[in-house]
Amino acid sequence: MAAETMAVTLVVNGRARALEVAVHRTLLDVLRDELGLTGSKECCAEGECGACTVLVDGDGINACLVLAVEADGSSVTTIEGLGVDGRLSRLQDAFLAAGGVQCGFCIPGMVMSAEALLARQARATPAEIREALSGNLCRCGGYNQICAAVAAACSGEGHEAEER
Amino acid sequence: MSAGGAEAGPDGRSEKIAGGRPRAEKLARDARGATIGTSAQRVGGFERVTGSQRFVADLRLDEVLHVKLVHLECARARIGHVDTTEAARVPGVRMVVTAAELPQPVARFGPGYRDRPLLATGETKYHGEPVAAVVADTVDAASEAVRLVHVEHEQLPAVLTIAAARDERSPLVREPGLRAADDPHRDTNTLTEWRFGWGDVPAAHADHVVEQRYTAASTTHFAIEPHGFLAAPDGAGIAVWSSIQHPYVLQRLIADTLELPLARVRVFAPDPGGGFGGKQHAKYEPLLAVLAMRIGRPLRLVLTLEETFQAVRSPTFEIGIRSGFMRDGTIAFQDIEIDGLLGAYADIGHRVISKSSYLACGPYRVPDARIHVRALLSHTPPATALRGFGSPQMAWAFESQMDEAARQLGFDRLEIRVRNLAHRGEEIVRGAGDTPADGDWAESVRRAADWIGWGDPLPDGHGRGIAVGIKSSATTGASYAIVRLLHDGSAIVLAGTSDMGQGARTVLAQIAGQELGVPIERVSVVMGDTSAAPYDMQTSASRSTVFMGTAVLNACREIRGKLRAMASDTYGVEEDRVVIADGTIHLPDREIDVAELMADALGPMHGEVIGTGSRRGDHVPEHPLGGHAAFYEFSCTASEVAVDRETGEVELLRHVTVSDVGKALNPAHVAMQDEGAAIMGLGQTLMEQLIFDETTGRIQNLGALDYRIPTTKDVPLEMASLVVENEDGPGPYGAKGTGESGLLSTAPAVASAVHDAAGVVIRDLPLTPERIWRALQERDG
Repeated sequence: MAAETMAVTLVVNGRARALEVAVHRTLLDVLRDELGLTGSKECCAEGECGACTVLVDGDGINACLVLAVEADGSSVTTIEGLGVDGRLSRLQDAFLAAGGVQCGFCIPGMVMSAEALLARQARATPAEIREALSGNLCRCGGYNQICAAVAAACSGEGHEAEER
Repeated sequence: MSAGGAEAGPDGRSEKIAGGRPRAEKLARDARGATIGTSAQRVGGFERVTGSQRFVADLRLDEVLHVKLVHLECARARIGHVDTTEAARVPGVRMVVTAAELPQPVARFGPGYRDRPLLATGETKYHGEPVAAVVADTVDAASEAVRLVHVEHEQLPAVLTIAAARDERSPLVREPGLRAADDPHRDTNTLTEWRFGWGDVPAAHADHVVEQRYTAASTTHFAIEPHGFLAAPDGAGIAVWSSIQHPYVLQRLIADTLELPLARVRVFAPDPGGGFGGKQHAKYEPLLAVLAMRIGRPLRLVLTLEETFQAVRSPTFEIGIRSGFMRDGTIAFQDIEIDGLLGAYADIGHRVISKSSYLACGPYRVPDARIHVRALLSHTPPATALRGFGSPQMAWAFESQMDEAARQLGFDRLEIRVRNLAHRGEEIVRGAGDTPADGDWAESVRRAADWIGWGDPLPDGHGRGIAVGIKSSATTGASYAIVRLLHDGSAIVLAGTSDMGQGARTVLAQIAGQELGVPIERVSVVMGDTSAAPYDMQTSASRSTVFMGTAVLNACREIRGKLRAMASDTYGVEEDRVVIADGTIHLPDREIDVAELMADALGPMHGEVIGTGSRRGDHVPEHPLGGHAAFYEFSCTASEVAVDRETGEVELLRHVTVSDVGKALNPAHVAMQDEGAAIMGLGQTLMEQLIFDETTGRIQNLGALDYRIPTTKDVPLEMASLVVENEDGPGPYGAKGTGESGLLSTAPAVASAVHDAAGVVIRDLPLTPERIWRALQERDG
């Protein structure tokens, strides 16, 4: 079964990548299976759970719904691309401080949806935060702590990036 | 350490006080390593916010082959010829296996009943049961081949409801030949039944009798991490990876299946991405292990979310209750009939039904009780444990009855509960010498009532409800731990518990840190490898803080005994003059820290001090459940809602849970667990139900688009998770377990609030807008 392939160029977490990918593979497949970036998770594979959320040219999208070839030429940021020099991003730090993390499977997608929100709206209201994260399912039920984390990051509270 | 407290003797065993538990000791908050009772940050949190936490599906094995399963689009079908020739021709396909290609008779497995075949044989029994497995170089090739496996089959009538399972004209789910010859239920769809009770219900007098029937739909776990499995030949044995809660149960199963000694079976259990009971027991690991040994290569199978729906669900319940009350509102008797609908194979569902039913009278004083329970089989996916283990469904019934009685007898809903709640030390199950009420439960109820403002005026269309719930915790158990104090004073805890989000790693690190005076940043917790960590029977029933926590505590206390002996030898002081407290070794003339003693005692060759500990709860053959509850999870929920009378929609305004936790070792973790449980409970209360097609038995709402769970926008506007801490639990520092408490009484509290707001009584879960709207229409004619 020789699948048709196409050349795709992406900038992933700041690094240029030239790939030959099967036309039916999703961006999520390529990130996880070909680039080894397993931080983005697969759950529903139909755009309902948000576990695979990444930034494509700054917008939060479900990587399971985008074919890799559709993302050709774009800049992709995954959870692995946050933070610099081993420091957590403001949001990652806030998630830890607010106790937003339980099993952690939804967290990369949550963080990326929140990054997308903060990128377009640095001062989001609690209602806007809930709206922005409503496409990310957390079965551990950490929604209130997660929303509190995003609100804290919005207000710039409590960010003490630690050296790792 | 206070005199007479739980300091370890030289043999490392802690002293016991009356009641059989170590006394809760006063905690030195400012001591080195002391974090018990504080909200220490999650161990493993960094990995989880950076995406570096490796779940099963994130693991990569060289030379791995991929497995996909073939299933039919109906529940029950007679399997005819299976043509795999076309599938086998797909490039990259290595093997296509049906039951016929497995050793005969096809191996069956299950934690209670060995009833589930590796692949369907003769007949499929539920929508999603695999008929064949394809092994291929890529997932794409395997998926393509799955479409080309042609299964000749004849669809057969299926048993999908409790009514059908009870009907003696219905087809049998289980072949009588698979049952014992003397099984009285051999020719029925009853798997088994139980009778619990005390006193004499037929002779009991009551001033007033309330009789009703309640149902609760089957729901699915919807862990965001779908189940994933890997299996690989490993030297003279096998290695299996699974997102499983009970790796040691899986190890035994794989050993049995492959006829290998346990020591040749290595199970890796990376932290599950949510478990909620659905990941307790094996699903496709035995099949993968058999195929991996046959093909001699590592195999990988990660289920789709749809396949997880077809793998795990909760039992459906129908509960009929006849409750006798006296004029003063006290309960006179409970007469309860429970039917629980399991799937085609028992999994652990039979235990869900028996264990929850055992406490079907709730946390109340009930003079006479009669409980008859049946576990029924059906052509649906195997029902299994789901957070609460059937207890929320019991509370749904007995608490709805309390509301019914309050209405009919003219009592306040809070008052009638408080009047009947068992006091500490009173039996709730009578005559069996069972664990009595182990908390000041009325205190939890008062806290919830105060928070919700019970009795305060409400706007029109708003209503309040309150309800209690109880769950028997672990009845048996066996947890073993090893703690290694390294020569630089840091420590490694080896514990076989699974951390699926409840925070076991954090709490175990806190206990070790507290006992050894080591900051938790210097404690590592190794879990998820049966060849590295000692045996832990299960991670279930909110047990780990009590069971594994005690094992770790005991291991640390053994280390402290050894440190005292080392200090005595090294510094020439009498052993009983060496005191270890507050993370420091107190010698008669000075204080030193652990690392200094290790350096002085072990010298340049280095070394370490190893402690072991355990906590068992042994089998009690005469007990109906095989053992006494180690503790009860008791909780109270109060809720305020608004009901839209035009649409039947419920708006959640305020919601509180109060859990009796003994001692919150990490208050933030406890709050997260309780609040998370409450949100899951709200989903089950208002929106979640698996819907089976009446003809084919196919799950109609198969997947995230059609089966809705709560999102950020579905949670109450205001929520609180409160705890009662009387340090009266059997675990370290007086802890009980929690993690299920928050959802035990969600449904009856919300339904009570709905009645308060709109005046309609709903007796079937979930409380969908349609049900409420219809009830409003009927009431208003």
